[in-house]
Amino acid sequence: MKMLSRILIAASALAMTTAMPALAKTFVYCSEASPEGFDPAPYTAGGTFDASAHPIYNRLVEFKKGTTEVEPALAESWEVSADGLEYTFKLRQGVKWHSNEKFTPSRDFNADDVIFSYQRQASADHPWNQYIAGITYEYYNSMEMPSLIKEIVKVDDYTVKFVLTRPEAPFLANIAMPFASIVSAEYASVLEAAGTKEDLNNAPIGTGPFKFVAYQKDAVIRYAKNPDYWGPAPKIDDLVFAITPDAAVRLQKLKAGECQLMPYPAPADLAAIKEDPNLKVDEQAGLNVGYLAYNTTQAPFDNPKVRKALNMAINKQAIIDAVFQGAGQVAKNPIPPTMWSYNDAIVDDVYDPVAAKAALEAEGVKDLSMKIWAMPVQRPYMPNAKRAAELMQEDFAKVGVKVEIVSYEWGEYLDKSMEPGRDGAVILGWTGDNGDPDNFMGVLLSCASAQPGGANRAFWCNEEFSALLAKAKQTADVAERTKLYEEAQVIFKDQAPWATLDHSTQYVPMAKNVTGFVMSPLGDFTFDTVDLAE
Amino acid sequence: MIRFFLSKLLYLVPTFLGITLIAFSFVRILPGDPVLLMAGERGISPERHAELSAQLGFDRPLWIQYFDFLGRLFHGDLGNSLVTKKPVMAEFLTLFPATVELGLVAILIATLIGVPVGVLAAIKRGSWFDQVSMTAALVGFSMPIFWWGLLLIIFFSGILGWTPVSGRISLMYFFPDVTGFMLIDSLISGQKGAFTSAISHLILPSVVLATIPLAVIARQTRSAMLEVMGEDYVRTARAKGMSPARVIGVHALRNAMIPVITTIGLQIGVLMAGAILTETIFSWPGIGKWMIDSISRRDYPVVQSGLLLIAGLVMVVNLLVDLTYGLINPRIRHK
Repeated sequence: MKMLSRILIAASALAMTTAMPALAKTFVYCSEASPEGFDPAPYTAGGTFDASAHPIYNRLVEFKKGTTEVEPALAESWEVSADGLEYTFKLRQGVKWHSNEKFTPSRDFNADDVIFSYQRQASADHPWNQYIAGITYEYYNSMEMPSLIKEIVKVDDYTVKFVLTRPEAPFLANIAMPFASIVSAEYASVLEAAGTKEDLNNAPIGTGPFKFVAYQKDAVIRYAKNPDYWGPAPKIDDLVFAITPDAAVRLQKLKAGECQLMPYPAPADLAAIKEDPNLKVDEQAGLNVGYLAYNTTQAPFDNPKVRKALNMAINKQAIIDAVFQGAGQVAKNPIPPTMWSYNDAIVDDVYDPVAAKAALEAEGVKDLSMKIWAMPVQRPYMPNAKRAAELMQEDFAKVGVKVEIVSYEWGEYLDKSMEPGRDGAVILGWTGDNGDPDNFMGVLLSCASAQPGGANRAFWCNEEFSALLAKAKQTADVAERTKLYEEAQVIFKDQAPWATLDHSTQYVPMAKNVTGFVMSPLGDFTFDTVDLAE
Repeated sequence: MIRFFLSKLLYLVPTFLGITLIAFSFVRILPGDPVLLMAGERGISPERHAELSAQLGFDRPLWIQYFDFLGRLFHGDLGNSLVTKKPVMAEFLTLFPATVELGLVAILIATLIGVPVGVLAAIKRGSWFDQVSMTAALVGFSMPIFWWGLLLIIFFSGILGWTPVSGRISLMYFFPDVTGFMLIDSLISGQKGAFTSAISHLILPSVVLATIPLAVIARQTRSAMLEVMGEDYVRTARAKGMSPARVIGVHALRNAMIPVITTIGLQIGVLMAGAILTETIFSWPGIGKWMIDSISRRDYPVVQSGLLLIAGLVMVVNLLVDLTYGLINPRIRHK
């Protein structure tokens, strides 16, 4: 059987090479990590989605390129009922599924595929819920889909109605996320009959701009242009991911012409990349925030004035210069400036050690000792937390506050930093999933998220702030939501549960002849619009 | 000889069981919880955490988990990766040939250069060749692999453009895995230039991986040769008027080979450690990189089974080394 499949692969590879025009345009992307699999639903890593959800699949709605705005995709249009509880999607007709050596679709995409794609995640009894033993649907769960979706009704072959349990403004943004990719119900039944269910994950069939061709584990992923794509046809014929975990090696490959585009350059290499005549660099503010979260339940950090004073003692620009080597900007709000509802009218705490010291003394704080937690790993919002902690240690020393820096193994760090009664302030951050402000403020600062299992590491529960978020979450009108979030940011700034540190900048180095690449604020890498100039 | 072989084989059983225990405990002693790592900054509710732990079987007492692991092991089931959800054995078999290919070429380079250099340095003890080669060996032995690999890439691939930067073969070649060994598969594929491309991709990583073993082998050969050349039987051989080549080649080298072969055998373990870094730098899809990824994600099944497979491999190699002693020195197998 194995031999047979190898021969089949060889034959299809041969067929591909012979079928390709003499001058097929191949685009090589030096990706940084191996995909966990090719079914987006059970996984959580961005690198997995770049290799699965974006090239191979589509969703009912998707993020418009380069923005976090939701636009029609497999759903051509939708209507929301007045009470915000029913979303009726009109599906696009004539969308073709990919084919491979084991599967030739007999029908186009339709409502059955939508229902299959959601039901398998929603119901533990669904025959496809555990098609690989031990899989879980973490994004479906963490975006609260189980409690949100009451039922999904097939109105007809091209109409699907989602009935929700409560109005939820971010719903459309949520289902534009990779976990909500639509997989083929027909392919699933073919695989089930053949007894090879796991091929849903290994040999994916989608409706996206590229067809999956082959994956050599930890080395290369190959895709071919989908000639029947319903959207604008990709300009390249073949897309190849050359998996290259080390940033310095990725850069060497890019320079040597072994690939045309790479993610995540080392900050130290940026100057040299910009000077290289054969390369260019796109840059964009990342949809992220790095922060220092005080434990607002413990004295003296339960006093907003003390927190404000400490915030004034931090020289944030120095952190941007030293830790980010300039590749970032000082943060004043809990959401990044590229996100809608960012309140630019807010004035940041001015760096002023003298005033900070006076403010601390006015609150009766003397000889304060505290801990600062520094994460052991590099994250997009914080490339070197220990260095940042050292800088803050120096800053706080100037206002008479003694700082001890502590760190733990990453998993332990995440766990212990959420323990009630935690000693010290924690450096951490967040990268947005879907561009909705609730995905920052709701997840990180609401009263609900201050509970065990949440991510509110300041344990900050401000009723007024949380009420604004709750109201905004149930409001469909974006202008009205914007106002509510702007108000919430004023309360946040006044109460200062965090010292907002930074928003990092993303850089994408590429060969000079690459055209049409659009950076995603969500950090996705998509190649359906790229081309190579002659 | 068969009895010698069987007695050696018998020793492996308790060793192997010991390794299962070490491999099992090792990953669990490390702080960090795979479920928490999966959840990341978002966090996970205590209920969901308990649910996932139960689903993965981590809520059971450790000794039950251990015997469950052993029980499955005897049925040839190494479990599934927590990250990719795929069988560990299947992943291992996919990646293993890449590591073997790299390791074999590296050990070949290390032996073919290391042994002659060591012999020559011993014969010309105190000469400039001895001084230079042994200083180079000391430098090689202390070489930080990651830095060394990157340096070679920047020089040979970046500046000179002689070798490709990373990977196993140029992306223009595309053929299915038959043996998993790129050198063989590229030949089978019949695609023009594929074999040369595979070789050119192998040069830098195998040189980097060979660096430390080469240094160790050269130094070991030199000291073993010096010791043997002071022995009575070598003096006797010389006194009998044998040609220097015969004295060195037959009498001295053969006896000096015992510690050298031990060293080469032990280098397999060193190679595995070196493979972790070398594979990461050169984007080489082998088990070294696989293990390091799995450790950082606390992918328990992969780490414990991967360790076991690697340890098993080192044991087999050492068994072969033991058997080779028997071939070289008949006194050992009669003991």
